[in-house]
Amino acid sequence: MSEQSITSKTSRPLGGAVGRSIGLIIALVVLVIVGWATAGSNFMNLDNMLVILRFSSVIGVVAIGMTFVITAGGIDLSVGSVLGLSSVVASYGAIQTAASGFWPLMVFAALATGIIAGLTNGLIIAYGKVVAFMATLAMLVAARGAAELLSQRQTQVVNNQGFLKFFRSDFLGISWVIWIFAIVAVIGWFVLNRTTFGRRTVAIGGNATAARLAGVNVKRHTMYLYMVTGATAGIAATMLLSRTTAGTSTHGQLYELDAIAAVVVGGTLLIGGRGTIGGTVLGVLLFSTLTNVFTQNNLSTSVQLVAKGIIIVVAVMLQQRFANREEVAKAPPGGSPA
Amino acid sequence: MLGQNGAGKSTLIKTLSGAHQPDSGEIRWQGESVTIANPVAALELGIATMYQELDVVDGLSIAENIYLGHEMSRAGVINRRQANAATRQLMERLGHGDLSPNREVGTLSPANKQIVSMARALSHDIKLMIMDEPSAVLDSEEVDNLFRIVKELTSQGIAVIYISHRLEEIERIGDRITVLKDGTSPASNLKVSQTPTRELIALMTGREIEQVFPPRVPVASDAPEVLEVENLELKGKFTDVNFSVRAGEIVGLAGLVGSGRSEILETIAGARKATSGTVRVAGEELPAGSVEKAVAAGMGLSPEERKSQGLLLEEPIFRNATLSTFARFAKGAVLDEAAERRATAEQIQSLHLRPAEPGRVTRTLSGGNQQKVMLARWLIHGTKVLLLDEPTRGVDVGARVEIYGLIRELAAQGTAILVVSSEIDEVIGLSDRIIVVSDGRVLDERPADQIDEHGVLDLVMKGSAA
Repeated sequence: MSEQSITSKTSRPLGGAVGRSIGLIIALVVLVIVGWATAGSNFMNLDNMLVILRFSSVIGVVAIGMTFVITAGGIDLSVGSVLGLSSVVASYGAIQTAASGFWPLMVFAALATGIIAGLTNGLIIAYGKVVAFMATLAMLVAARGAAELLSQRQTQVVNNQGFLKFFRSDFLGISWVIWIFAIVAVIGWFVLNRTTFGRRTVAIGGNATAARLAGVNVKRHTMYLYMVTGATAGIAATMLLSRTTAGTSTHGQLYELDAIAAVVVGGTLLIGGRGTIGGTVLGVLLFSTLTNVFTQNNLSTSVQLVAKGIIIVVAVMLQQRFANREEVAKAPPGGSPA
Repeated sequence: MLGQNGAGKSTLIKTLSGAHQPDSGEIRWQGESVTIANPVAALELGIATMYQELDVVDGLSIAENIYLGHEMSRAGVINRRQANAATRQLMERLGHGDLSPNREVGTLSPANKQIVSMARALSHDIKLMIMDEPSAVLDSEEVDNLFRIVKELTSQGIAVIYISHRLEEIERIGDRITVLKDGTSPASNLKVSQTPTRELIALMTGREIEQVFPPRVPVASDAPEVLEVENLELKGKFTDVNFSVRAGEIVGLAGLVGSGRSEILETIAGARKATSGTVRVAGEELPAGSVEKAVAAGMGLSPEERKSQGLLLEEPIFRNATLSTFARFAKGAVLDEAAERRATAEQIQSLHLRPAEPGRVTRTLSGGNQQKVMLARWLIHGTKVLLLDEPTRGVDVGARVEIYGLIRELAAQGTAILVVSSEIDEVIGLSDRIIVVSDGRVLDERPADQIDEHGVLDLVMKGSAA
């Protein structure tokens, strides 16, 4: 026991993560209790829990990708539009026809669209030296436009039965959509914490110059990171496609904001250098549980939005206080008068 | 006030300017004991401080900078004409009436920014001006102007504390000298005219120079030339740089600020893309502008600004020590942190890094130990060519000696080492061979025991005159 406490002082990969997320866990528990107390068994039953998870899944997958980019000190505002474009490509008539014998082709189409959009972002940011905020803002606009052009602003109904059947089926009583979220989260956690890719991501976010001078190819890795967010947007597009059974250019609007909010509320530093997949999952769950509790109590979406705003501000203020404390510790005190 | 880096000069002046509070002792100002609670209080007393890092706002005009925080205004509306007139007067007093008060400060040279900073101090009614190494960013002509201003200030009845580690400057403008070393003053109020230079050096270093640096080891003449630099050029920074470093040799690049010495180092490392010329490591030519390839070929750079360019301060020691090699430890793409920790622990031992905990957050280490983390990184990497930029910046005097020893030891193990430092005596003491650079050109190259600080400065002066 005593030996454990000694080692925990210097390094505690898991203990530290749980410690940092403790506020979120408490918030989630409180929310569940509130839901139980106000909506009773309408809220507190397995089916509703699965509804919450299903509801979390699409944003959840996007937020996992976003966690990587933000951990590296970047941002991707285009994920919502890219999701919309991917849904349009995957449900495009010709693609659906081609996929009639092999439905995963639709998934590949969505994934490829997301990755190509991400690659474009990455090239512009890493090699074109455009700040991520502006480059992905441009993609946000352009991808939405491309989706409108391709779909001619029409809703493209999904009639590929294989595709619909798969996504509507369960595994061990749990929808495949939820499984996909879980798998993406686990892979995301592993890649961020246990692989060279994750180490490079954290290093670039912590100090890009130091990483570069140590021999890390910062540009190439930055490009990869935006391909990750693009890929997760593509995956999320297929999930949304199955839920709505239609592809439209309006899919995914404002998802970038929901994803960023979940990531930051989860404890990933917006300035980079520290990222937590577990926190992101909790952040996503927090928002979807909130929505569920409010809906169960017949509160309007407007009230939900206000509550969500408050949660974001409080979470970021807490983070800021954490960051400031470190700031005081490292900065030499005092300004300069002359 | 004289003292080496880390002697406590900056901390002392921050105490005088109210940025730090003393734990004990007394500050008497015009005969009365005072407490200087904060920088504003210091200004109200009449004490202005010019820091090394100039605190001007680049986006504002000269006049706006000078009156920042005490704008000439009525009901919140700034009186531009009045401020501009007052600014013109101040700038004329400082010998720079040619600069328009409306000029944006960001467009000025470092020397002129310093003038603005000085004008800002003078815009207050001050009786004491503290200048922290003001000549560090200036060329010799600008230094002359600075000295003229200092003399003018003193003749106007303003007292000046001039801080430097350059002896010859103090000899030119000082009346009295206080020496700081390791946070104490071994001597104060020495008359400049009556104190021999040798005595000052002894007071500053507290030991003979010979004892500070480890003895040089003769390099075998058949030792391979591990680093070869040929006709290297970076437009606007340096040109026609040729030299080589043998295995086991320490070569120093000596020159003043702005001579191009750091740029040469960074270009060799691939952090800047050379306009032309070649760099070879162990015979293998490196592509220009790729740190990744340079590191893969066996080169390592310990950059000038350790904290902002070298380290992930929030990460544990071991992740910094393996920042260049974590992929090598990994099995496929999966990290092996246990192996990284073991390798780091080994280096911690041999480098006497304290505290000896691979998991300790790097921010909590002292400057000297952070530098050892950088050395550990390249030791684990097995670097053949080590480039050290300011290896002892922000490192206290005791730890410096240790780091000098470690660098020499590395060379003895066959590493080729290239050193840059703003302290010429450090470059000379540490190196086997010295390359003197000025204005982006190599002026001379000779064994380090055949040149001293004066010799380097002479060469630089002659070189820029030619």
